Amino acid sequence: MTAAAVDTETLVRDVVARYADARAGLIPILQDIQAAVGFISPQALRALERETGISANESYGVATFYTQFRFTAPGKHRIQVCNGTACHVRAAARITEELCRYLGVAVGGTTPEGEFSLERVACLGCCALSPVLTVDCKVYAGVTPKKMQRILKEYGFERKAGKS
Amino acid sequence: MSHLAEAYAGAKAEWRALEESPTPVVYVGAATCGRAAGAEEVIARFREETAKAGLDARVIEVGCLGPCCFEPLVIVHAPGGPDVCYGGVGPKEASEIFARHITGGAPCAEWALGVLSDTAAHGIAPLTEHPMMRGQVRRVLANCGRIDPENFAHYLAGGGYEGFLRALEMGPEKVIGEVKDAGLRGRGGAGFPTWRKWTFARTAPGAPKYLICNADEGDPGAFMNRSLLEGDPHAVLEGMLIAGLAIGASEGIVYCRAEYPLAIQRLEIAIGQMKGAGLLGADIFGSGFAFDIHIKKGAGAFVCGEETALIASVEGRRGMPQPKPPFPAISGLWGKPTVIQNVETLGNLPLILRNGAEWYAGVGSESSKGTKTFALAGKIARTGLVEVPLGTTLRQIVFDIGGGIADGGTFKAVQTGGPSGGCIPAEKVDLPVDYESLTAAGTIMGSGGMIVLDEDSCMVDIARFFLGFTQAESCGKCVPCRVGTRAMLGILERIVAGNGTPKDLETLEEIAATVKQGSLCGLGQTAPNPVQTTLRYFRHEYEEHIHAKECRAFTCPPLVWYQIDPARCIGCGLCVRACPADAIHGETKSPHFIDQNACIHCSSCLAACAPANAAIYRTSGERRRVEPRTERKDPGVPAQPGKG
Repeated sequence: MTAAAVDTETLVRDVVARYADARAGLIPILQDIQAAVGFISPQALRALERETGISANESYGVATFYTQFRFTAPGKHRIQVCNGTACHVRAAARITEELCRYLGVAVGGTTPEGEFSLERVACLGCCALSPVLTVDCKVYAGVTPKKMQRILKEYGFERKAGKS
Repeated sequence: MSHLAEAYAGAKAEWRALEESPTPVVYVGAATCGRAAGAEEVIARFREETAKAGLDARVIEVGCLGPCCFEPLVIVHAPGGPDVCYGGVGPKEASEIFARHITGGAPCAEWALGVLSDTAAHGIAPLTEHPMMRGQVRRVLANCGRIDPENFAHYLAGGGYEGFLRALEMGPEKVIGEVKDAGLRGRGGAGFPTWRKWTFARTAPGAPKYLICNADEGDPGAFMNRSLLEGDPHAVLEGMLIAGLAIGASEGIVYCRAEYPLAIQRLEIAIGQMKGAGLLGADIFGSGFAFDIHIKKGAGAFVCGEETALIASVEGRRGMPQPKPPFPAISGLWGKPTVIQNVETLGNLPLILRNGAEWYAGVGSESSKGTKTFALAGKIARTGLVEVPLGTTLRQIVFDIGGGIADGGTFKAVQTGGPSGGCIPAEKVDLPVDYESLTAAGTIMGSGGMIVLDEDSCMVDIARFFLGFTQAESCGKCVPCRVGTRAMLGILERIVAGNGTPKDLETLEEIAATVKQGSLCGLGQTAPNPVQTTLRYFRHEYEEHIHAKECRAFTCPPLVWYQIDPARCIGCGLCVRACPADAIHGETKSPHFIDQNACIHCSSCLAACAPANAAIYRTSGERRRVEPRTERKDPGVPAQPGKG
């Protein structure tokens, strides 16, 4: 067994121990696992199966139902663009498009160096300040394409090759 | 009311000491929205200035006062004058307020929204006379932005938990009677009478009984619940105690979105404080009433707003609805009687129990009593969280409180109820906002999201946006919803892409009716509302898209064409650099042109062109929109405070 696999095993065991009834606590268990390692890996689901008897099939079925869970490793910085109604009417789609173009990734993707992952979320609840996006849970309000570039710069992103 | 007597005495003294503090106190609105606007930097600056001056002053983080468009909001208490509320305070303004008001004693009138007293002072009018506050009746939100949500004493000092103590004395039956007399109806959208739901659960056999607070505010465009939970968590928790007592529940669960980390954190702190005061536990104040509250984090699924789906999620399963009956009040969580209540409904309960049903029903309309909070957003001048008596007209909310359309635009419609609601056109602006009137207009009250739309919003696109949402959030259990929302979305996507056919509208109407009738749960039953209301009030826009390939709002990219006016273009090349498709050509300092075959309709050139030239105009069908040329803004003029 590799070191990473052992870690997953230990992590899952520790998380499961926090809940009296693993089946009823399945969603919080998955949330705890994701909070620790950033995503739900097949290894984690198999470890969960060994630990609790809940089949990986079943827990994967529950996890995929909810938008919170991701199944690939997130980037070092996580960008969430709000696509709520207020943001939509204030041109959130354009911000998303620009971000995709600027970072060179599609929605749901991660930049090649694993620096930034881009997600579109339903609503961040800051509608009065729309359009908004968050980077690592810090909320940025009234985002414009220009401001977006400044924000990315804060996190060390500089567009490299391509058009000036 | 001997319980908590000591705590009350201490709390009241603490609050009075704060109000009459001989040293300055600065309250900074630091809810999620305030932080997004930069509240944390403002707090840091005030602390810095205080330390630098060696002054004995306190900086307190409070929740959201409501007028989000003026964030960050700051209230300054300086001895010798009434408290002053400031808007649009950045670090620079903070330093100046510190110098002029806190140490100098002269408030900065230019940034003041109002003074917190009944009469004007220092030439500043009372905050209650500010146009955004004047029409409001703030009851549920009364504490938000005024108290420190993490300070138990602040909540107690305003009469917190008095409602619950009174409920304990009255007993469950009388509590239900009081809530019935108050006329309280569920604030989650459907408007079901709260007392009736309680009676079902109270009389249902089975134990234990559960009370769930639905804080999974999933409507895009709504943030009322977040603000209340962040600004005054104890109000909701006290409401849970009252509801739990009324139905005979022993366990309360707050089902809160994971996207609201600050709300969860404040709830956890508040629950700890309740335990410390003996307000939770096996035998609360020796009354025999046992109640405990814990938090369950939602994992993101709009359908979990539906009661049976929410229960499935709490049980650790996929959040799929069940056919009703049995209703959750009879057989809910783990098969036991369960009442699910919206955050705002719960937030109303302490007020009803503390002040009585008669007081509560003193505002509102014939069928809808009390107040309702609304989240004003979209193309409105003053965005924010407002609370008005039910029955207030849309005009009062949008124009008097909200200040009309931002940037001088024209009011077109207001969308209520989120993806389950619909669009009300400008000509119905005098509609009173209550459950029945909104339903008659084809929409719903919903939980209180209100998105204002102007002439730059395409109604077909709005319908497509909501259908895109409901289609993605449909759980897939029943066919009408799963297939129907997909089919409607497909048609709408075709129309906004300019490929609609005349038969499409008929087909849309037919599918909408089927989905409405045939779906299992509220998600499917209301999903067609955005389509049906826009077809009812804005059919001409659909027809323009289909027949003339024209989008009057210039928002549907495939139908909008970008052109350069050679008479205005100075050949500066800004658009060339902005264009991601290399579609713009021309010699430097001579007019450029756009290669329409290469253009991807992204509008980057329009944004790049200097407003002084405004050389790029748009066409859509027969329509043409030319941007006015505006002179370069003088960079020496500082931004007005409170600009969104």
